[in-house]
Amino acid sequence: MEVTIPTENNGTSWKGGNEKPLGASYGKMMMWFFILSDALTFSGFLGAYGLMRFKFHDSWPIADEVFTHFPFLHGLHAPMYYVALMTFILIFSSVTMVLAVDAGHQMNKAKVTFYMLLTIIGGAIFLGSQAWEWKNFINGTYGAVKLNDGKIIQFVDASGEQITLESFVKSQHSERTQHTANKGIWFVKEAALPPFTLNEVVESFKANPGISIRTELINPETKAKTIIPHNESIGFLNEAKSVVMGANLRENEYGKTLFANFFFFITGFHGFHVLSGVIINIIIFFNVIIGTYERRGHYEMVEKVGLYWHFVDLVWVFVFTFFYLV
Amino acid sequence: MTHAQEHTSHTKLIWKVFAILSVITLAEVALGITKPASLYLTKILGTSPLNIIFLVLTVVKAYYITWFFMHMADEKKSLRRAVVWTAVFLIIFLATLLLIEGSYLNDILGPLTKWNY
Repeated sequence: MEVTIPTENNGTSWKGGNEKPLGASYGKMMMWFFILSDALTFSGFLGAYGLMRFKFHDSWPIADEVFTHFPFLHGLHAPMYYVALMTFILIFSSVTMVLAVDAGHQMNKAKVTFYMLLTIIGGAIFLGSQAWEWKNFINGTYGAVKLNDGKIIQFVDASGEQITLESFVKSQHSERTQHTANKGIWFVKEAALPPFTLNEVVESFKANPGISIRTELINPETKAKTIIPHNESIGFLNEAKSVVMGANLRENEYGKTLFANFFFFITGFHGFHVLSGVIINIIIFFNVIIGTYERRGHYEMVEKVGLYWHFVDLVWVFVFTFFYLV
Repeated sequence: MTHAQEHTSHTKLIWKVFAILSVITLAEVALGITKPASLYLTKILGTSPLNIIFLVLTVVKAYYITWFFMHMADEKKSLRRAVVWTAVFLIIFLATLLLIEGSYLNDILGPLTKWNY
């Protein structure tokens, strides 16, 4: 039996000849095909999102009204600014990554180390930003009421601006204890109680002729949600089922629950990619420091994690477009 | 690109690409915040011109990231085609079918949805 002696195996060659299929080393080509398959996975998710969005395109939540927060600017309506900042952070960490790859080509260990470090920091900031975005989405902004058939109605003032439940609902001091597992005859419990009962919201609405409700239905002419005048709203409130604060996988104060489901799943899946990218970057970063690639004679490993990192950025470009812009 | 060139620094090109990506992102955000009525409320090819602009700008950004950050421009034509053509074909195929079906579902479901109580 012939023995393959790994003399020339420097981690980039294909065993069994000097031919490199497609002119790429084994690792790099496999990274490309992994990226291809991952791109198709994301396309499947975004495609499913597109299917549901086209299905409900006359009542889908308007992203500008959902993501309006910016750090330290409380109560200010700042659509898109924050996600634009996140996009810049990720693009910039892509730049530092490609600069690290570039420095690797010149065998400049100090520069590779420095740029890898910047990339890791950029990735960590992005992850933190995403956590903050999730927090705002989960906690909600205004609060809304869910109808028996699952539709959401929101409250607006005379000028058509959305208002919070706190701004008009008066508490009636009714007793309502949270149901916990040890109080029931069956092992069920409920999540935290909403700050107001449904009855309080309905009574306060009736007492306030200046406010009206807004349905999910989008007017195709103005692309704005339909506002129902105060005196016609009572039919909706008769159908009211519960008070909704914020968004989770079961209900969403901004409208369709599916929007929340897809938001959590797709940005979550992307965030998980960023997280694993940061971890892999950290591993490579330490390998650079201890001189693994210096001894190996090339920095192709940096190039390969760079490919993955840029891919994560690439996916974000599409997530940004389909969740926030289109 | 020859082997010798790979070892020269591309720093200038990298910053240029970063500038292009930044300008595109800024343009997208500006359009997304202002939403000019002439682009947002009119219709072309089944959607608003604004959406078409966003899609085109997204593909342009994807091109710059893939070609210059991921160095697809330096790879062999065969590898480039194996990856890019496969992705482009399958994604367009999937998206077309899903979006056509989504519109159909809306056509059927829309009139049945109750909006007055």
